[in-house]
Amino acid sequence: MKIKVDMDKCQHYGQCVFEAPEIFRLNTADKLEYLAEADDSERANVESARDVCPMQAIFIVD
Amino acid sequence: MMNNPDANPPVVIVGASLGGLRTAEALRRSGYLGNIDIIGEETYQPYNRPPLSKEVLAASVDLSAVAFPHDLSSTNTRWILGTRVVDADLTAHKVTDEFGTDHPYSALIIATGLRPRRLNLENDDARGVHVLRTLFDAIWLRADLISGAKVVIVGAGFIGCEVASTAIKLGCEVTVVAADEHPMVRPLGAEFAAELQRRHESAGVKYLLNNSVNKIVTNTAGAQTTLTSLELNDGQFIQCDVLVQAIGSLTNTEWLANTNIDISNGVLTDGAMRALTTSGDVVPDVFAVGDVARFPNPIFGGAPRRIEHWNIPIETAKRVGQVLAAKLNDHETFEELVAQQFAPIPSFWSDQFGMNLLAFGDLGLADESRLLEGDISGDCIWGYYKDDALVGVCGIGMRSALQSYRKSFLLQPPTATTVGK
Repeated sequence: MKIKVDMDKCQHYGQCVFEAPEIFRLNTADKLEYLAEADDSERANVESARDVCPMQAIFIVD
Repeated sequence: MMNNPDANPPVVIVGASLGGLRTAEALRRSGYLGNIDIIGEETYQPYNRPPLSKEVLAASVDLSAVAFPHDLSSTNTRWILGTRVVDADLTAHKVTDEFGTDHPYSALIIATGLRPRRLNLENDDARGVHVLRTLFDAIWLRADLISGAKVVIVGAGFIGCEVASTAIKLGCEVTVVAADEHPMVRPLGAEFAAELQRRHESAGVKYLLNNSVNKIVTNTAGAQTTLTSLELNDGQFIQCDVLVQAIGSLTNTEWLANTNIDISNGVLTDGAMRALTTSGDVVPDVFAVGDVARFPNPIFGGAPRRIEHWNIPIETAKRVGQVLAAKLNDHETFEELVAQQFAPIPSFWSDQFGMNLLAFGDLGLADESRLLEGDISGDCIWGYYKDDALVGVCGIGMRSALQSYRKSFLLQPPTATTVGK
């Protein structure tokens, strides 16, 4: 699956990190980093991350 | 549409906002394939409310900026929008809408949320007087927030403060009138709230605290009655072009008045989000989600509480989706799911005056707050305690550190003796 985060919208609240810690993390500067491609086994977690994003900035491209 | 006369009635979700949408999605994800009817009072499909006081209010307001994407339309889900449900008959398993149409249900989800509390003063329907909850509200408020407008916000909670921030950004002259000592003092505590007030004031907001609005003064020209000034409790008059009532919310439960559901403060539920009667019994096939639900959370001692935070509609919807799908599909896992601990960690955020506040836990329970990390005048993390136990954290910046405090709210897996009712 392919993941895209709109970094203009993202405010680095990090809610996604709890839902899909393998895909999203906050770096040492407290900025969001994410993997743009992930195994399909992560889909449910990434969907949860997308749903809980306060800025609705996470998109599952396919 | 396929019409099977033998089919069970649909799952009826009353409320077409975040909680209702996520419940329908969770039912599908959990394997329920039957019909779902979602009945909503607003004419819009579900949309994201938090931006209505923030970035959307600052820009032009339209549905496309806030609509939640979803793929329910391709399944047997029916949206019945612009329709208010006015009554429920739990024995007959049906609800009735404002047009007199009955909607039978196999299961009923209460997702009717909140509406803004109003001042209930004479002239509170004058041009220039606003509340902010819906997209419709935001469109009308946005039209009045023009540069130079004298904006008075009554109420200094999060929504009031966010609107103040947006109005300042748009060049308005902003006064906040509130009964409290400081903005957001109830969840955040006096010290932190006083510091935020200082920051708001240096951005140009004028605070009139320990005060309230007594009278809305208007001018009538032709058919239009327009707001001109306010009389406050201390006797002073302030000029006012725009008044925003941000004094909290009321639960939308009047339509349940003819039932035996406990609606003393929202809808009382058990940990599986099943509605309870006034005598504490489970109401068959009725659930509640989101802001309107008052549910027990074992993280915070298990006393049922309503939590008006962003992630609670999502978490409670997921819970109902799993439990109800198991029931409707006759899975043996139903009882097991019901007995499972439900312990969502509430979280909210607020963007105001260039600050991003983020909180975890149930700050409203606290009797004490302490500065945990950072500098009160810069980035910082505050801890909230009840009887010396941490019940919440809130911070500006310092996200990684803040996240590590969240871990303290994760429950240990229950031991065998604590499982079950």
